[in-house]
Amino acid sequence: MANIYPYGCFTHAVVRSIPESFGKLAEGGEGFQTDLAKAQRQMGVLTGALRQKVGLQLIEIPADSELPESWRIEDIAVIQGDTALVTRPFKQQRRAEAEAVRRVLNELKLTVVEMGDEEGGSGGATLEGSDVLFTGKEFFVGISKHTNHRGAEVLADTFKDFAVSTVPVCGGSRLKNICSMGGPDTIIISSSDGAKKTLRVMEQLTDHHYEILSVPEDVAANCIYIRGPAKVDYLLHPTAEECPNSVPAFQRLTDYTLLPSACSEASKLGAALSSLCLLINKKPNY
Amino acid sequence: MTTEVGSETDVKKEPEKVPEVQQQTEPQQTEQPDKAADSAAQPASASDDQPQEESQSAEAKSDPEAAASPEPSSPPAAGGQKKDKGISRFLPPWLKRQKSLSQDKPAESTEPPRQESVEAVKEEHEETSQPKEEADGEGGATTSTEQTEEVKEVKEVKEVKEVKEVKEVKEVREESRAEEVQVEEKDKEEEKSIGSADTQPVREEKEGESEVKESEEQTEKKEEKKEEEQVNQQETSVLSALKLKKMKMVVCHVTLLDGSQFSCEVEKRAKGQYLFFQVCEQLNLLEKDYFGLSFKDNAEQRCWLDPTKEIKRQIRNSQWQFAFSVKFYPPDPSQLTEDITRYLLCLQLRQDIASGRLPCSFVTHALLGSYTLQAELGDHDPEEHRLDYISDFQFAPNQTKELEEKVVELHKSHRGMTPAQADAQFLENAKKLSMYGVDLHHAKDSEGVDIMLGVCANGLLIYKDRLRINRFAWPKILKISYKRSNFYIKIRPGEAEQFESTVGFKLPNHRAAKRVWKVCVEHHTFFRLVSPEQPTKTKFLTLGSKFRYSGRTQAQTRQASSLIDRPAPYFQRTSSKRISRSLDGAPVVNVSDYSQALTAGAGENGPSLELNSDSKSPQVEVVEKPNEDADTSLTSETAFETDKGGAPERKVPQQTPPRPGTDSRDASKSAEVKPEVNGQPEVVEVVEETVVIEEVVKAKPKSPTPEAAVTVETEHAAEVKEERSLSSDSESEDEAEYHAQPPSTSVSAQLIKEEPEEEQEADLTQQAPPSVIESQPITEAAEPAPAAEEEKPAAQPEEEACADEPLLTPDEAPNGHALQDEAPPTLKATAAEEEEPHIVNGSASRVETEHLPQVICCSEPPVVKTEMVTISDTFAAQKTEISTKEVPIVHTETKTITYEAAQLDGNGDGEPGVLMTAQTITSESLCTTTTTHITKTLKGGLSETRIEKRIVITGDSDIDHDQALAQAIKEAKEQHPDMSVTRVVVHKETELAEDDD
Repeated sequence: MANIYPYGCFTHAVVRSIPESFGKLAEGGEGFQTDLAKAQRQMGVLTGALRQKVGLQLIEIPADSELPESWRIEDIAVIQGDTALVTRPFKQQRRAEAEAVRRVLNELKLTVVEMGDEEGGSGGATLEGSDVLFTGKEFFVGISKHTNHRGAEVLADTFKDFAVSTVPVCGGSRLKNICSMGGPDTIIISSSDGAKKTLRVMEQLTDHHYEILSVPEDVAANCIYIRGPAKVDYLLHPTAEECPNSVPAFQRLTDYTLLPSACSEASKLGAALSSLCLLINKKPNY
Repeated sequence: MTTEVGSETDVKKEPEKVPEVQQQTEPQQTEQPDKAADSAAQPASASDDQPQEESQSAEAKSDPEAAASPEPSSPPAAGGQKKDKGISRFLPPWLKRQKSLSQDKPAESTEPPRQESVEAVKEEHEETSQPKEEADGEGGATTSTEQTEEVKEVKEVKEVKEVKEVKEVKEVREESRAEEVQVEEKDKEEEKSIGSADTQPVREEKEGESEVKESEEQTEKKEEKKEEEQVNQQETSVLSALKLKKMKMVVCHVTLLDGSQFSCEVEKRAKGQYLFFQVCEQLNLLEKDYFGLSFKDNAEQRCWLDPTKEIKRQIRNSQWQFAFSVKFYPPDPSQLTEDITRYLLCLQLRQDIASGRLPCSFVTHALLGSYTLQAELGDHDPEEHRLDYISDFQFAPNQTKELEEKVVELHKSHRGMTPAQADAQFLENAKKLSMYGVDLHHAKDSEGVDIMLGVCANGLLIYKDRLRINRFAWPKILKISYKRSNFYIKIRPGEAEQFESTVGFKLPNHRAAKRVWKVCVEHHTFFRLVSPEQPTKTKFLTLGSKFRYSGRTQAQTRQASSLIDRPAPYFQRTSSKRISRSLDGAPVVNVSDYSQALTAGAGENGPSLELNSDSKSPQVEVVEKPNEDADTSLTSETAFETDKGGAPERKVPQQTPPRPGTDSRDASKSAEVKPEVNGQPEVVEVVEETVVIEEVVKAKPKSPTPEAAVTVETEHAAEVKEERSLSSDSESEDEAEYHAQPPSTSVSAQLIKEEPEEEQEADLTQQAPPSVIESQPITEAAEPAPAAEEEKPAAQPEEEACADEPLLTPDEAPNGHALQDEAPPTLKATAAEEEEPHIVNGSASRVETEHLPQVICCSEPPVVKTEMVTISDTFAAQKTEISTKEVPIVHTETKTITYEAAQLDGNGDGEPGVLMTAQTITSESLCTTTTTHITKTLKGGLSETRIEKRIVITGDSDIDHDQALAQAIKEAKEQHPDMSVTRVVVHKETELAEDDD
């Protein structure tokens, strides 16, 4: 449709501040000590890059210490075009995070679709945005412990224009832990065995052709690609400290503006760069 | 019988000793003359119809189309056979050697089948008198006479052209006469068809000649006996029976994409192609290869009408209600040449969207709707376009006020866009939808989970609850097959994989499995191949029925359409109609009602109501034939853009220049020729055609049955048997395979194996016993698959009995015995009959070998070989054994039997000679007899006159065709006492029963 644009055009970013309770109920904490201040600094770097380097309008939802994981805002909604699907996270405690997000989405005049809160409403569907890879042409939904088939179905029903393919998440807890978009037709994916397995499934399922940028470290597989207003390609990626072996791969992206953004603290909790923001394109489609 | 003889007025006999005309050579040379003769002869016949026919036939010939359509001809053979075997009884002994194959394809693929048939018709006569060698008790036979007669029983005519002609004739008449006329018409058709049937025999003649001699003499004697005894009884019965059968015209109702109804009268036995062309003509559509006609079967499933097969057989008991729709959605509509094509595609997509078949989001609904408004209403006019102006449109399955507002809002933004541009924009957006062009079928995976199979341009998609869970691109698929209700795809091993894997799906029923399979075969061929598969060469053994896509591929249609050189046809978009409709106050059919309307109103055609039956499109209400005004077109759009970017990557490399033949035709002809353009035999479906060769020899001794009554019984018994076997066969044949080969490989390489079609037919046909046998043997020999089949039966208990050959055996064996017991006298005959097919096969195989380019292509010929090995004459004696043999039974619809007298001279080598005269006289009565006199001057100044008689006996199964045939032959002999009968070709076409599952 007209709303099928090359991936990467965004006008707005929505983030949610890191709460005091950061790390408390985090899944996958595994005893890592998280540094709240550092996490907040890293968040600040990211938002600054989005706003000032890339030039997006940034909307920041205040932190809520009652919701320790609310900073993972990517999980709460899947947005394509002017339609936003408010998801139903796997964890019961996280479902309250949707309220503030929903309000913002409505303010942005997006068409907000609800998955439904009640257990019976969507038949136990669970979906988290970090399991959804939208390529601009189609959706891949990683079936993980956070996202089930029913959730994917709801997503398919919401975005009917697009093919929605389900893929197993191998080698990570969420799909976007192992892959992300690195350009309109480029998928950045970890070179781990599990990721390769997932990639094969994706290649099997797709009608389209993607360039594959393989990176040795898992953490490097999650980047944020944004095509700026001036036709500049921006790639926000983990810093060289986090993924020393992958930086050369990023540098092969010609004519890209690389924006290293650390997210080591979030990574300790199983999150990644893309987990921290929702990207929206409010540009009129037609 | 009586008819034929009586009809002949002039027989030229120049029976000097002219070396026997070489049969092979003759046909070719004579072809044209024959045709001419036929047409000329027709006027002679008393019926008024004929003149019309002539003219039409002439037209057809002249028509580029006609010339172009070689393909249709092949199908003619496809009739079912009822009582082939029985005929032998009545034949004069001398004729008893049979040699014919039902359908060989002439070596030249390009040669239209029709012509071939014509050629075949000619008979050579032998000057030499035939010594009476084996005089049996009755020496009454005429020795010296030379007569050639061909007697054929044709029930079905399959050639498209023929059908067309007939149809036209009918139309003219129909109004005045109802059924009576039909009979005549039918006869005509049959005549034509006959010609096709004959083709094979000619070639075969050589082989059989030596054998024929001996048999001839005997036959004569016997013949007379028979005739005398039986004629009286038979004649009466036959005649009455013949009268009963009449040709019928049927009115087809086609729902066009704009919702209007197109009614078209079609001969009852017309092929799908005929109707399709009528519709395309009506629409003024040249790029028709993307489209097709569909109908709803008894199970309310939408099926594609196969252009190469008779309509009647496909729709069975369903109503003659069709929908014209897009069959292959072009991945890049911008590459279509003509706006009218794009317009029709838009209409289809609007239907798809409104019905929910093509899901899209709110935004997309709104956008597409706005383009629809722009295309049909033009610029938004605030004055004229008030709130309600779009209420007649349906943009989405569930249309909300909000959506309509959005549509209007967007409509305003399209100001200045022409209708064609708006359509193009519509398509540009629609084509991106993930379900664009995906044909969905319900199925279960191997674990019984409900899934959907989606067939599209790129391959096969597997969905579970709207989620894509797997995808098999065409390049990944090695083979597509189905067996009973299971559908299988064999997957090319991946990089890391060692072995091919096969994925199986369970369809709701056998027919659904077959339907998916066919759709896959068609899509693969259309989108992936450069040209349709060539008929399978002899080396490939193929199963009895082979379905293939016979039309043009996308590459070919693009090539062809690039040559379209005509002013852009004017067509009217539906807006005006929509308005008028509202004025009329005609009931507006909502999309929601559509399904109901379809079912309910499907059969009928109330002109006004027809809209309802239509379908899914919001625009249903509009009744208008867009193209009627085509003449008016002022604009000339010659410029055409050949495929550029949009083409799927794979295809591009593969595309090859259109075949030489194609271009010229296209250029001159344009659209209508298309199907055949490629010069490839278009005989996609060979299934129906079975070549059966029966050897009468064995039967001979007993053939002369003293008592007619007894004979009849025997036959019935035999038939019963056959029926059973058929049914079983059909079951077993449920499977079909299609080997998908990469485009890079030559098209011809691909094999499509399918028995499914046969199944259907088999089920339907009760009357074509002989053919049944052949197909299965082939299968086994050819493929390892048979083993698989056997295994499977276990899995499916229900079908086991039917499916497995071994199981069949018991049934047959009992029958055989029963027959014997009941009719002791006839025993031998029966046995012979049963065995005959096998023998036939052997001969058939030879034929194939000789003539590689057979119309039948993939079908049975190869099979025949197999059989030869397996079944020998030895077995003939024992019915039981044959049955035991697991010989698959394929019901044959068409049967051609040639009885040939021995010919002294070598046919093949002689010079063709000069054709002096050729005359064809046709008389119609109960039997239709066409007599053709051909006089040739051979070297040495000798002249030879051959008389060909085509006798068409039409009747229900209850008619004893054999008797009728015998009578006809007898009469012929009486008419020309000084001539000898050198060959009798019997072509049987049996109508399949329509009551299939």
